[in-house]
Amino acid sequence: MALIEPMKKLLFFFMICLTAYSQSVANASSVTDDAQEHESSGKFNAGNFIIDHIVDSYEWHIATIGQTHISIPLPVILVDEGKFIVFSSSRFHGGTESYKGYKIETARSFNKGKIVKVIPGTMETDVAANKPLDFSITKTVAGIFISVLLLIIIFMGVAKAFKRNSGHAPTGVQSLFEPLIIFIRDEVAKPSIGKHYQRFLPFLLTLFFFIFFNNLIGLIPLFPGGANVTGNLGVTLVLAFVTLLVTNFSGNKSYWLHIFDPPGIPWWLKFPIPLFLIIELTGVFVKPFVLMIRLFANMVAGHIIILGFISLIFIFASMGAGLAYSVSPLSIVFAVFIGLLELLVSFIQAYVFTLLSAIYIGMATEEHHEGEHVK
Amino acid sequence: MELINPGLGLIFWMLIAFGILLFILGKFVWPPVLRALNEREESIEQALHEADKAREEMKTLLYNNDKLKLEAEEQRDKLIMEARQMRDILIEEARIKATEEAERLIVNARERIHFDKMAAITDLKNQIATLSIDIAEKILKSELSEPKKQKEFVEKSLEQINLN
Repeated sequence: MALIEPMKKLLFFFMICLTAYSQSVANASSVTDDAQEHESSGKFNAGNFIIDHIVDSYEWHIATIGQTHISIPLPVILVDEGKFIVFSSSRFHGGTESYKGYKIETARSFNKGKIVKVIPGTMETDVAANKPLDFSITKTVAGIFISVLLLIIIFMGVAKAFKRNSGHAPTGVQSLFEPLIIFIRDEVAKPSIGKHYQRFLPFLLTLFFFIFFNNLIGLIPLFPGGANVTGNLGVTLVLAFVTLLVTNFSGNKSYWLHIFDPPGIPWWLKFPIPLFLIIELTGVFVKPFVLMIRLFANMVAGHIIILGFISLIFIFASMGAGLAYSVSPLSIVFAVFIGLLELLVSFIQAYVFTLLSAIYIGMATEEHHEGEHVK
Repeated sequence: MELINPGLGLIFWMLIAFGILLFILGKFVWPPVLRALNEREESIEQALHEADKAREEMKTLLYNNDKLKLEAEEQRDKLIMEARQMRDILIEEARIKATEEAERLIVNARERIHFDKMAAITDLKNQIATLSIDIAEKILKSELSEPKKQKEFVEKSLEQINLN
């Protein structure tokens, strides 16, 4: 009888391992094909292979079997000299061809991976021409749309369940999200912001669930997952920017007073060189900047490590089949382990981003009492 | 370079998508959800509070019950004791009365017996006297029927008188 409980736990652990393992296998299978592709163009380059999986792209690549690419083409939308140019990214044939005078830059430069103009009739980059404004629905953008749609559908259902079960115990998907909602409210918003927390709760909840969902979706290797949304600097930039706006627009008198004329500081630190103003203003921007970098770096790092372990298989495969067979189980085990760790990191990073946003908002809306600072 | 060089279009779409998400969730999802949560928490709080109150009331009620029971028992004991005392008093009184009555009756009986005895004795005395006289008369008659015997008796009697 006493054995049943540990047995259950063991079984549960195996099930989790199996799920994660199947993910890794899926990951590895798409990786295999890419690796072949890389190998066909010479030696397997782990660095390029990993970066290609992390950065944004104009098509949603799923797998390459032999020489056939299986990918979902996404719309390319360009604004060039006041004209809208819309076409499918499949016209680029995976970046090997140009279309209507545009191509995806492959050379090592600032514009690598972006759409640039070509000199008509060739594949040469037209360095003199202005870069077109690029509003393409890239893989990351599509990933954002999918997750936003998913969030809206799921949370509309949750809201409906809350209305239906008003005053009763939660049911179904409602009971899955209720603890998280309460967690954000009671452990993040309330202690960090104080009495005005209710005003910022919708923002914090949206922020948390957006990051959390995208972190998790990013861990799924196949479409519709796999878009590295929260590991994209542009995405974290926008999130941090929204926090910056919310923080500064909700800042009260004492918040601004502390930036422009902090009390309790000797006058010669404010005049003629406004040293404290510079420090405080830097602080205003550094706080969201750190948020941006932290989320981006954490998510990218996780993906890089998993892909790194998978790459090990191909690095050893280029040395010999036997070596590859002996290394791959170990690689898979480590990739699974990191994958599990990433599940944890997904939550922690969403939590940290939300918590710090809440703390910054709390600092901006905090009410200082008279006589708190001694002159 | 690619990694830290996000496209402008991406930022644009992200702003729009996140803005829409913020708007829709902020308008249609979070307010009802948070309201429902608050309502439920309040109702739970209230229910707990009411349960506490009910428990408190129950306690006082039980206490009162106990008190009432105790009082009732006390009263019962008192009543029983009083009844017992009353009974004892009554029995005592009855006994005393009965004794008195008995004594009275005995005294009466004794008096009556004495009286009857005296009457009987008197009666007996009278009867004995009458009988004695009768007997004496009969004896005298039989004794003194002869003149010789009469003379003898007179002489005897005279002798006795002389002796005295």
